[in-house]
Amino acid sequence: MAAIATDTALNGQTPDAPETEERAAKKPESLWKDMWYSLCQNKPAMVSLFIIALLVVVAIVTAVAPGILPYDPYAQDLSASFEPPSAAHWFGTDQQGRDIFCRILIGSQISLTVGLLSVAISLAIGVTLGAVAGYKGGVIDTVIMRFMDMMLAIPSILLAIAFMAALGRGIDKAIIAIGFVSIPEYARIVRSQILAVKQSDYVAAARVIGDNDAIIIFRHVLPNVLPSIIVRATLGISSAILDAAALGFLGLGVQPPAAEWGDMLGRGRNYIFAAPYTMIFPGLAITVTVLAFNLLGDGIRDAFDPKARKR
Amino acid sequence: MIKYVIKRLLLAIPVLIGVSIIVFLIMRVFSADPAPVVLGQHATAEAMKAWRDANGLNDPILVQYFDFVTGALTGNLGESYYTHTPVLTELMNRFPATVELAIVAIIIAAVIGVALGVVSATHKNTPIDGLATILALVGVSMPIFWLGVLLIILFAGMLHVLPSSGRIDPLLQPVGGTGLYLLDTLLSGDFEAFADAASHIVLPAVALSMYSMAVITRMTRSSMLDTLNEDYVRTARAKGIRKRRVDIHHALRNAMLPVTTVIGLQLGSLLGGAMLTETVFAWPGIGKYVVDSILKSDFPVVQGAVLLIAVIFVIINLVVDVIYAYLDPRIKYSQEEG
Repeated sequence: MAAIATDTALNGQTPDAPETEERAAKKPESLWKDMWYSLCQNKPAMVSLFIIALLVVVAIVTAVAPGILPYDPYAQDLSASFEPPSAAHWFGTDQQGRDIFCRILIGSQISLTVGLLSVAISLAIGVTLGAVAGYKGGVIDTVIMRFMDMMLAIPSILLAIAFMAALGRGIDKAIIAIGFVSIPEYARIVRSQILAVKQSDYVAAARVIGDNDAIIIFRHVLPNVLPSIIVRATLGISSAILDAAALGFLGLGVQPPAAEWGDMLGRGRNYIFAAPYTMIFPGLAITVTVLAFNLLGDGIRDAFDPKARKR
Repeated sequence: MIKYVIKRLLLAIPVLIGVSIIVFLIMRVFSADPAPVVLGQHATAEAMKAWRDANGLNDPILVQYFDFVTGALTGNLGESYYTHTPVLTELMNRFPATVELAIVAIIIAAVIGVALGVVSATHKNTPIDGLATILALVGVSMPIFWLGVLLIILFAGMLHVLPSSGRIDPLLQPVGGTGLYLLDTLLSGDFEAFADAASHIVLPAVALSMYSMAVITRMTRSSMLDTLNEDYVRTARAKGIRKRRVDIHHALRNAMLPVTTVIGLQLGSLLGGAMLTETVFAWPGIGKYVVDSILKSDFPVVQGAVLLIAVIFVIINLVVDVIYAYLDPRIKYSQEEG
C-alpha cells in the first residue's frame, strides 16, 4: 500500500499529500483487515483480548503441566483450612485447605471449555436451523421458528437448570444444557440476516449457475452473515460462562473435586462471614472473564459496524 | 386493537402447548428414574415398581403427557413426591414472595436504568457517560449471586445495617392479605412491620435488579442518542426551548418506546434470576423452592414451577407487545396488513 501511495505522489497527482500517503498506508484491504484495524484502535477490546489470551495460556499450561502450580489444587489439608490471604496463599485456602489461587487458575480450564464448547453446539445447530428457516421459508420456517419461540418462552437459566436436573451433574452435561438453551438466539439472528440477503443478486446468480440450496446457504449466504454470528458468539461465550457458574453455584455443575468457579463460590456460602475470601476471589475471576468477553464482543461489533463506531 | 390482542392471544396457545411438551420431555423422558432418589438406594425393586405405579410413571408416555396436560388445565399440577401436598398450593404459597421481589427489582432497575441512560446520552463522551457505560458493562458481567454475596458481606457482615436473609421478622409477619408484605403492612398501617419488610427486600432486590438495570441503561442511552439526532428535537431546540425540557419532553418520550419493551422483557427474565437471588438470600419464593426441589429430584414440583414461570413469561411478553402496539400504532397497522 505504501508503495502505491508513493508512486501516486511521484506521478504528481497528489503532490502535497503526506496525509493521504499516511492514510493510504493504513488503508485496509478487506473486511477482516478493516475489522482488525478498527479493533486495534479500541483499547478496552485490546485489553480484553490480552486477558482472554492470558486465560487461554493459563488453561493450557495448567492442563499440560499441572506441576507448575505451587500447590496441588485437589489435595486436601485440613490442618490448613480457612487460611486468610497471605504471601504463602495469595487468595487464602478453602474449607479443605486447598489453595484458592491454584484452584482459580485450574478452574479457567472448565470455564473456557464450557464457554467455547457450549457456544459451538448452539452455533452449529442454531446457525443451521436459522439458515434453513430463513432460506427455505414457508412451512419449514414456521415450524422451526415456532419451536424456537417455545424455547424462548422459558427463561434460559431455568431451562438449563431443568436439563441439569434431568441429565445429572457433570461438565459434559453442563455444556449440552447451556449449548441447547442458546440455540434459538443464533437461529433468530441467522434467519433474519438470511432473509435480508437471500434476495440479493449474487444469490440469484448462484442459483442460475446451478448451485444447490446447501451450496448457496453455506458457501454464498452464510459468509455474508458471519460478522453478526461472530459478534453474537463472542457475547455468547460470556453468557455461557455465567450460566455455567450459576449451575455450579446451585450445586448442579461439575462433580467434586473439580475446580469450577461457580461451584467454589457455592461451597463458600456457609462461610460467608468467617471466610469471605472463599467467595470473593472466584466471583472476581468470573466477573473479569465475562467482562473481557463482553468488551471484546462489543469491540468486534463496533469494528464491523461503522455506524456504531462513530458513537 | 382488540383484533390485534385476540390474534396475539391465539398465537400464545401453540407456544404454551409447546412449552408443556418441552417441560414434559425434559422431566419425564430425558431424566433418570426418580424412584431410587426418592425411596433411597436400598429400596427393593418391588417397592420401586409400586411407587412408579402409584405415580403413573409406568404408564405409556402419551398417557402420562395427556394426564399432565389435562391436570394442568384443571389446576392440578400433581403432588410433591416428598410432602404429598399439591404442587399448585405450594407454588401459590410462595408466588407472592417472588412477585414482590421481582416488582421491587424492576422498579429499581427501571428508575435508575432510565435515569443513567438519559444522563449518559445527554452527556455523551464525558466522564459521566464513561462511568455509566462502565457500570452497565459490569452490571451485565457480574454474576447475580456474587453481587448478592458482596452485598451481604458489606451491609450485613461489616456495617450491620441490613438483614442478610429472610423476608420479615416472624413476629411481625402479616396474616392474610395479598401475601405481598410491603403492601399488606402498609394497608394495615403497621409501619414497624413495613420497615422490617422493606429492610429485608433491599439487598435481594438490588442484587436482582443489577443485570436489568445495566440492560435498560444501555438501551435508554442508545435510544436517546437516536432521538436526540431527530429533526423535531433540533427544531425544538431552535425554537429556544430549554435543553432539559427538550431532553425530557421531546427526546425521552419517543426514546421510551423500545425501552418500554426492554423493561417488560426484563421483568420476565427476572423470574429466572430470582432462582439465584432467592437461594443466596434464603428468600422464600418459587425460585428457592424450585432449586431445592431439583436437588431432591422432586420432579412434579420442578415440572409445575417451570410451566408456571413459562406461562407468566408468555403473558408478560404478550402484555408488552400489546402495550407497545398501543404506544406505537405503526406496529398494529403493519401486523394487520401482514
